[in-house]
Amino acid sequence: MREKSQLLDSADMNRALARIAHEVIERNHGTDDVVLIGIQRRGVSLARDVQRAITRIEGTDVPLGTLDITFYRDDLSTMGPAPSVGSTDLPFDINDKTVVLVDDVLYTGRTVRAAMNELMDYGRARAIQLAVLIDRGHRELPIRADYVGKNVPTSRREVIKVMVEDFDETRKVVLGELLDDESGEGDKA
Amino acid sequence: MMFAQKHLLDLESYTAAQILEILDTAESFRRVLDRPIPKVPVLRAKTITNLFFEPSTRTRISFELAEKRLSADVVNFSASGSSVAKGETLRDTAENILAMKVDMIVMRHPDSGAARYLSERVPASVINAGDGMHEHPTQGLLDMMTMRQKLGSLEGKKVTIVGDIAHSRVARSNVWGLNKLGARVTVCGPPPMMPLDIESLGCTVEYDFGRAIEDADAVNVLRIQLERQENQIFPGNREYARAYRLDDRMLARTKPGCIIMHPGPMNRDVEISSAVADGDRQVILEQVTNGVAVRMAVLYLLSGGVRESLGQDL
Repeated sequence: MREKSQLLDSADMNRALARIAHEVIERNHGTDDVVLIGIQRRGVSLARDVQRAITRIEGTDVPLGTLDITFYRDDLSTMGPAPSVGSTDLPFDINDKTVVLVDDVLYTGRTVRAAMNELMDYGRARAIQLAVLIDRGHRELPIRADYVGKNVPTSRREVIKVMVEDFDETRKVVLGELLDDESGEGDKA
Repeated sequence: MMFAQKHLLDLESYTAAQILEILDTAESFRRVLDRPIPKVPVLRAKTITNLFFEPSTRTRISFELAEKRLSADVVNFSASGSSVAKGETLRDTAENILAMKVDMIVMRHPDSGAARYLSERVPASVINAGDGMHEHPTQGLLDMMTMRQKLGSLEGKKVTIVGDIAHSRVARSNVWGLNKLGARVTVCGPPPMMPLDIESLGCTVEYDFGRAIEDADAVNVLRIQLERQENQIFPGNREYARAYRLDDRMLARTKPGCIIMHPGPMNRDVEISSAVADGDRQVILEQVTNGVAVRMAVLYLLSGGVRESLGQDL
């Protein structure tokens, strides 16, 4: 990947995630029965940031879970098994809760579809909402985000890379372009 | 990224990295088994045939459960190979499988090498569920998964396998796999049950049961397979038990923390006493649960891109 430009720095990410936290509180009239679930891997880090922001704003601790959608992907025949599988950890009952799914980039919508399928195996949430740091367009399913940090129109040749300290030792969002011998399939979230 | 193997015929041809990838993936599936709905759609629209030419209860059920937990379509086929000439049955089977367009085949067969024979004749992935006296790779993997859970890394750990080593495909898979992960393997049993070339696999032979187990981190007790012995190679169960049964007296010679394993089914009071089989050092039922998880991992890792190969000719 060739890096073209930086879209957000760490401070920009903090502002976007703080705004999302405000919107989650406003839309749900507080945080009663609201739970946050980060989609592995980088969505988990962002969900933790939203959780901290809600605590600062509202003074409440919103439960946080993690979801690994590897076993719910619809592209095993073309992509092959994932090289590493994270963990799904939902330390609470999702029945009758408002679940806010958190992911880094919304692209085709297939990751979110897989996440919703997996969630339904755990119970019947009252509602599922979606928060993403970046919406880059090119949806292949009728899915939209309820909370968006930044809308970034992209071409399919371009790549959005969200970097978080847990995995990347830095915290920023960059726009890149695929090199000729690279495939963007693995990025189709 | 595709897993670098298409079949699981043995652990001899797998690298340490591939074995570890299976074991790590199995841990993820182990957690799936604890979910409210212990089922994931990974193998939806894949068809798996279980071909069992030899009696099996737990392995067949374990595979079938693993397949259903992955949402695969499952077809079971059981046959006795005794009345049909060797080779002809498998060739017929291969042709039938080709006609049915299945994606994966799990096979148990009384002849060593049968799984490899089939894998060379069908485009589907073949998983060996035990072939003669050759290997039983998923049993080896589930044993290693259980040891890793209880002992941590297997590097430098001493594992003693005791019983009828000569007839045991479980022992061979364990020796190959454990060696690749850096464990020190000792095999123990009466001389008539010890193959002549077993050291060449990279293990130590010890005929004295007490010496074999006294510094072991894990003792894997094999079933005495009377049905596999064409000739009576030892006087009887009582004589075997006197020298090689793991009972409280022998257990006292192991070090604290040493785990006791058995692939099942057990001959209680022949190779293992009931007190040890039901005691607090055994991990036998955990092996059974891990068996489902490890088979899910194998099916998952071997399934990538299988459908693309179905158009191949024999």
